[in-house]
Amino acid sequence: MDFKRIQTIIDKEWAEVFKNRLVLFTIVLLPLIFTALPLGLLYSTRGAAASGGDVTDLPPQFLQACGTIPAGDCFQIYLLNQFMALFMMMPLIIPITIAAYSIVGEKTTRSLEPLLATPITTEELLAGKSLAAAIPAVLATWGCFVIFMLAAPLVGARPNVVSGLFFNPVWLLAVFAAGPLMALIAVNLAIIVSARVNDPRAAEQISAVVIVPLLAIVFAQIAGLIVLNLQFMLTALVVLAVLAALLIAAGARLFQREIILTKWK
Amino acid sequence: MIQTEGLTKQFPGGRAGTAITAVEALTLDVKEGEVFGFLGPNGAGKTTTVRMLTSLIGPSSGHATVNGFTVGRDDDHIRASVGILTETPGMYDRLSAEKNLSIFANLYGVKDVPGQVEKYLRLLGLWERRGDEVGSFSKGMRQKLAIARALLHEPKVLFLDEPTSGLDPEAAKLVRDFVAELKTEGRTIFLCTHNLDEADRLCERIGIFKTRLITVDSPANLRRRLYGRKVVFHMKRLDPAWAEAIRALPFVKEAEAVDAKLVVGLDAPEDENPVILRRLVELGAEVQFVGELRHSLEDVYLQLVNRPA
Repeated sequence: MDFKRIQTIIDKEWAEVFKNRLVLFTIVLLPLIFTALPLGLLYSTRGAAASGGDVTDLPPQFLQACGTIPAGDCFQIYLLNQFMALFMMMPLIIPITIAAYSIVGEKTTRSLEPLLATPITTEELLAGKSLAAAIPAVLATWGCFVIFMLAAPLVGARPNVVSGLFFNPVWLLAVFAAGPLMALIAVNLAIIVSARVNDPRAAEQISAVVIVPLLAIVFAQIAGLIVLNLQFMLTALVVLAVLAALLIAAGARLFQREIILTKWK
Repeated sequence: MIQTEGLTKQFPGGRAGTAITAVEALTLDVKEGEVFGFLGPNGAGKTTTVRMLTSLIGPSSGHATVNGFTVGRDDDHIRASVGILTETPGMYDRLSAEKNLSIFANLYGVKDVPGQVEKYLRLLGLWERRGDEVGSFSKGMRQKLAIARALLHEPKVLFLDEPTSGLDPEAAKLVRDFVAELKTEGRTIFLCTHNLDEADRLCERIGIFKTRLITVDSPANLRRRLYGRKVVFHMKRLDPAWAEAIRALPFVKEAEAVDAKLVVGLDAPEDENPVILRRLVELGAEVQFVGELRHSLEDVYLQLVNRPA
């Protein structure tokens, strides 16, 4: 692996993406909305937290986990916990636009052949493309999480809520470990699709569909079907790491230069 | 510098599961420093051949070496040591000319990236537009930029696939002149083209190809082989008896009267023209001009390509 070549691909991808204001806008908009939503909710429930609110509808195992925390704070923690899903969705959704276009875009502009004619290896090319899509998504997710942490006390989060959420290892693992792995998985799936279709629109549509199984975990948590506790998160991290490794290997195997060059019209 | 032996490429997709042969048993030997023209109709397999020789795709059978490296075994070395101008320039339109070249210079592992980029942007007259997005460039400028990209790592072997295709005459001339300059630098150039005039001017030898290699020779030899050498004697007036008299000379292969011109087939016009000229003057002819009849490469090409296999 020649890291200079990988860095060159990342540099090239970013130079192209950041020149396209529309793509940049779609990348930035989503994290902003996903950060504003929980902050808005926090602001609107600040009264409930203060008065104690009604917590009888919360799942019993969650109430048990709240322990001695006042019921109002527990209610606020429960609501915000649902938004952990948003921070897990961000690294899945943000990079799709860049990744899905990465190979098929080069096909449409006919720049793939000169690129493949250089000494770059398939692994270097795919690593560059994956990282170029995954890094902004991960950084945006982390950035939004930090903004959320800093802004939460300002919009009504009580000290119990702040410590209960942000210094919770499940949240930290979800954002700082599962997030990058999920980004890698989404990006590699999108790149595999991108290498095998001939139309950028098809690449984006199919890529959006292939991340549905990953979104299922997120929605199962929102629906209360699973509780994202530490044990679940550690197991999920192992599964995600294995899945990411398998997809990276599959991406290199499925990227067949000859077929890509000769089948593309 | 480029050697192939029985190089064949087949693609799946023929009727009843058969393979489609794009290139069949190509055997070639392109010498170091030679400009070799590879001529053939659309779909003849020229681009497939270039792709095999630049290690973009693998051959189905046969053997090829480029710059001393074996296709299929030393692909990374081949890609690092050859330059390729693909059929379409394929530049990154949103990026500047300078950025486009820098990306490729880095991928080729060029040591002095800014220096090489500047050198070729200046050489091709694009330095003043280095900061402009390539999307704003004309077709000719894009083609020049693509040539610069192919040269950044100073390859000894250069593959040019239709370098003047779709260019206006002025841009085509600029590109042709640049290729002629490269020729003087001793690089080996493999030129795929439809432009027969271009091949005639630039190439020492040409290979005429239609899935199989039909023939390889210099343009002059090809003409000679197909048409022989013919000299035209332009006269004020032509008496049919003079044609008979010239035909009677032992070295004359044929002599035909066309209007006031006498077209004579010869093996060595340099030695035989003075004899014919003397005879015509003796016969009372007033010769105005003498010139060799030159068949176009197009005539040669069409005759060879359309000949039944």
